[in-house]
Amino acid sequence: MDLGTQEAILRLVNQHGKDKLLVLLGAPDGESAEISAETVIIGDPTYAGPLAEAQLGLDVYHILEEEIRSWIPADTWDDQVGLMADVLDAEEISTAVRGMRDRRESSN
Amino acid sequence: MSPVFDGKLVIALGERDGVAGPAIAACIKAAGSEVVFSATECFV
Repeated sequence: MDLGTQEAILRLVNQHGKDKLLVLLGAPDGESAEISAETVIIGDPTYAGPLAEAQLGLDVYHILEEEIRSWIPADTWDDQVGLMADVLDAEEISTAVRGMRDRRESSN
Repeated sequence: MSPVFDGKLVIALGERDGVAGPAIAACIKAAGSEVVFSATECFV
């Protein structure tokens, strides 16, 4: 994850508290979704950025997960995501992000 | 409002080859939640 993005997330956690924040991903596949989710839950796996070993445990979902998708107005969904939703593997991505959430739950 | 983002401030982390940050932000705003940060990354 971009170092500037990691800095911004850390600043927002310090400003609002981690319980108030929800991270929504737009990653194109399960692998990149998992790395992004890992970064905001456990810490930067590359140990290069400000979130290295941060263990923020943030709430994280992908925009294609049903828990999120089902609450987006249909016209907005079609305009903003529609085409990519047809192309991306929502099941693979959802499984990857859910897996990271489960790791967070089991470590609490 | 979804119980997932009820009362939450949303960080929209889009990716160039997936769903971009502004598209995620537009969806969340339409659903009635607040977006505090939006970015579109290029995963390599």
